[in-house]
Amino acid sequence: MKFGVVVFPGSNCDADCYHVIKEVLGQEVDYIWHKEIAVQGYDALILPGGFSYGDYLRTGAIARFSPIMPAVIEFANQGGLIIGICNGFQILLEAGLLPGAMLRNRSLKFICDKVHLQVKRDDTPFTRLLKQDETISIPVAHGEGNYFCDAETLAELQREKRILFTYCSPSGEEDMVFNPNGSIANIAGITNKQGNVLGMMPHPERCSEHILGGTDGYRIFASMLQSWQEVSC
Amino acid sequence: MYKANIYVTLKEGVLDPQGGAVKKSLHVLNYTGVTEVRIGKFIEVWLEAKDPETAKVELKEMSDKLLANPVIENYRVEMLEVE
Amino acid sequence: MKELTYREMGLTEEEYGKIKIIMGREPNYLEIGIFSVMWSEHCGYKNSRPLLKTFPTEGPQVIQGPGENAGVVDIGDGQAVVFKIESHNHPSAIEPYQGAATGVGGIVRDIFTMGARPIANLNSLRFGDPGDARVRELLSGVVAGIGDYGNCLGIPTVGGEVYFNQAYQGNPLVNAMCVGLVQTDEIALAVASEVGSTIMIVGAKTGRDGIHGATFASEELSEKSKEKRPSVQVGDPFMEKLLIEACLELIKEDLVAGMQDLGAAGLTSSIAETVSKRGRGVDVDVLKVPRRETNMSAYEVMLSESQERMLIVPRPGTEGRIKEIFDKWGLDAVTIGTVTEGGAFRVMEGNEVMGEVPVMELTEGCPVYVRVAEEPDYYQRCKSYDLAAILDANPQEALEKLLASPNIASKKWIFSQYDYQVMTNTALIPGDGDAAVLRIKGTRKGIALVTDCNSRFVYLDPYRGGMLAVCEAALNLACVGAKPLALTNCLNFGNPEKPNIYWQMKNSIAGMSEAARYLETPVVSGNVSLYNETAQGAIYPTPVVGMVGLLKDIDRRCDMAFKDAGDLIILLGRFRDELGGSEYLSVCHGLETGEVPEVNLEEEKRLIELLQILIQEQLLQSCHDISEGGMMVAAVESAIKGNIGCGVRINTDDGRVDGVLFSEAPGRVVASLKRSNMDRLVQVVIENGVEMRVIGAVGGDSLLCDNNGKEIIRIPVLEASRIWGGAIDCFMK
Repeated sequence: MKFGVVVFPGSNCDADCYHVIKEVLGQEVDYIWHKEIAVQGYDALILPGGFSYGDYLRTGAIARFSPIMPAVIEFANQGGLIIGICNGFQILLEAGLLPGAMLRNRSLKFICDKVHLQVKRDDTPFTRLLKQDETISIPVAHGEGNYFCDAETLAELQREKRILFTYCSPSGEEDMVFNPNGSIANIAGITNKQGNVLGMMPHPERCSEHILGGTDGYRIFASMLQSWQEVSC
Repeated sequence: MYKANIYVTLKEGVLDPQGGAVKKSLHVLNYTGVTEVRIGKFIEVWLEAKDPETAKVELKEMSDKLLANPVIENYRVEMLEVE
Repeated sequence: MKELTYREMGLTEEEYGKIKIIMGREPNYLEIGIFSVMWSEHCGYKNSRPLLKTFPTEGPQVIQGPGENAGVVDIGDGQAVVFKIESHNHPSAIEPYQGAATGVGGIVRDIFTMGARPIANLNSLRFGDPGDARVRELLSGVVAGIGDYGNCLGIPTVGGEVYFNQAYQGNPLVNAMCVGLVQTDEIALAVASEVGSTIMIVGAKTGRDGIHGATFASEELSEKSKEKRPSVQVGDPFMEKLLIEACLELIKEDLVAGMQDLGAAGLTSSIAETVSKRGRGVDVDVLKVPRRETNMSAYEVMLSESQERMLIVPRPGTEGRIKEIFDKWGLDAVTIGTVTEGGAFRVMEGNEVMGEVPVMELTEGCPVYVRVAEEPDYYQRCKSYDLAAILDANPQEALEKLLASPNIASKKWIFSQYDYQVMTNTALIPGDGDAAVLRIKGTRKGIALVTDCNSRFVYLDPYRGGMLAVCEAALNLACVGAKPLALTNCLNFGNPEKPNIYWQMKNSIAGMSEAARYLETPVVSGNVSLYNETAQGAIYPTPVVGMVGLLKDIDRRCDMAFKDAGDLIILLGRFRDELGGSEYLSVCHGLETGEVPEVNLEEEKRLIELLQILIQEQLLQSCHDISEGGMMVAAVESAIKGNIGCGVRINTDDGRVDGVLFSEAPGRVVASLKRSNMDRLVQVVIENGVEMRVIGAVGGDSLLCDNNGKEIIRIPVLEASRIWGGAIDCFMK
């Protein structure tokens, strides 16, 4: 399987994602510079975390106009797998591939910590190796992860089961107390209607190896690999 | 040359933690009459355009596309002609 | 801009006289400005140079010692670590957010200027009493500034230290350390040797910000300092991120002969330092320097401290390729001058010569002052203070007070604002071990990083305090399983022209030198920050040590958390009960006095070596050095981290109860191990000539302490965790 990691000026988790795909998942991976205009030959795209364009104006707002983005949008429309992590999620929102917007964390402070997520579905290309209602442990690091959308959009996300991850306690209990940023309905990750584009604030690439204290993140990348293998074989 | 002042504000109903924090500080400073604070952005743009109408159209476009995020923000444009 | 006199620029009358002799004429305004910044303490180290020369700087592991942008130490396999610590105290006192942010920006540039990829940031902070609103504002601003800048760069902030003491009330300390990784054959230096080489400036455009920042950093803070706000620079971490990537690409393609960042004293200092090393001169045209503001004079361009700019000396014929790389990253790269023969630093505005000074006089010619040292009255008074007259506090209450002290309490409020995991190398995160541990991808190696300085000790006894700063850093590294390699230091003191302050400097530097020599951890880089004084007086002398260690096998590292019920708790090192200078005396008795505990370097060294062996042989479950709060606090921290209780037994035969529990005497560690490893452990400990005794066991859900079989402390772990975990949050709410 061949992954592409899209690099914007100011991306800073690009190398971390590349490392996991190549060294841990053992798959092919390239960096795709934001000035490129095509994404042919890739089976999945990663929009990595970081501070594209310094997060100036709004997170993801300027990156969304990078030359590569029309190709990314086309890739999504063709059903290609895309995972946007942290700043990548913010870019997907600004680009309209996912609904809603990001606000500053409720605490007004950047937060780096390990949080727990409840897995809402295990029948998606991103979560098939996880279990529904399972609690996974995964790091967050962001200043603007406070997901917001209007009531109608939220109802739609819920109805269409597009919320994949919510913040919860270590034992799986959902409550604002365990929500690190104040996001609506404790949302940590959502997909588009077709289910092939995932945006999530937590960083799976930071918990894909034992030395970093956990491997729950690896299971997300491994799910993508397995889904692809199934489709292409 | 035209100069535009663009005010980007959070839509009603969108939580503004920054505004909330400022309101609290103002209360601490004894401005107890303050009932609400909302923080937005003020953007200054200088541009060349063949006439004021074209400038206005462009300003609206750039606000819709980039300067404001319609999901959470409103904006207002003021424009004047300058040297 | 209003014209300043040479005095306002910080030059003395004698210095001005010396400049006239050098020039053989009255210098013009630009030339005076150039001399004043180059001869400031910040750039010229004129008050500290003779003392700095006493540091040990060599060792088989040292690739580059002091004199470059940062030190370089060999870690094997053709790899090296590059590191340095630097102060940004004065700017942070005036504008905490930008001051701290640009401090990070500056130190990171020092690292990638050497060709290294920055892989970790640390910081060492000192503030006044957190009960004070202004102090909290400073703390919030500084932490946000460090976080926002480092987080945006994608460099993890993995460690550091924070202390609160009245001595820093109006003069906080913000010291930032950066560590980089480089292939030894790709190390870049700040030199320009080829006559005819061009000099390029890249990165941000030049504005009027920070003019005379270097001079400002070499003065005492006063009410007037706030008026100097315009000279505080604003950081742009996004620009810096692009610079890092672009500059490292140049190094990979071997396009540069020399590289230097623009820091204090801007273009003036970076050009002077680059060309003076090989005795060259330079012609620089200020009209070619890209500007952000209009009508800037040559003086303003040469002295601007606008951030995020680099100076590049290309290898001949590579300017085109260099421009291409910068263009890819959306950055301007402009040729602004040429290296010349002779030694003249000539500033041009087009064809007009605006000023000309002999470059060596700016660097080597900087005056050097050996000041008068005089022992202050407080020294003997504190040293002979009779602690025997102080009554034992109730142990349980004392422990609770210590856990709530912001100097001991969890620093999570701070480090959770720093991205400490980006780059996915952080194998021991902040708070989990005595030092941060990073893996080196593609190898089995790890590096351990720490900053340390107990300035209360340094104040009470600069010589011992200086030794202790080095020893504690080395011991912290050993506690995670690393071999200490080398250190960098940031020497923060008051006004050196005052004999009592110079005495503190001289003695603490002597103490650090002796310990560094003994432990074979040479000083490879550093920075001096003087004049840290306000109307209320000088800060505590604070010579911060940043140290780097190496783990051969990162899988054999050790954290501080107790693990399993039944594990034994041991004290490695001598049983000691001296309380001088302890946090206990400060928190429970309101005293900052007493004799600083004696340091035995031989014992320190043996313990450091022993810990490496024990961790290498995987004999320990946890390891935590005894520092602020003493043995009992060390045990409690390990219990809180492990979320499991423990029982500690002491005997008053061992000394006074509060002393045994809370003494901060050095050279000691609280560790835990599986019972089955005891025999082997005892053997290794004896072989290495270290004292040890079993002091208790891990288990239960409370922290217990018995003295002669009588319970003197009982606190549920959850309760201790709540006190320790929430103390700083409580202040900051």
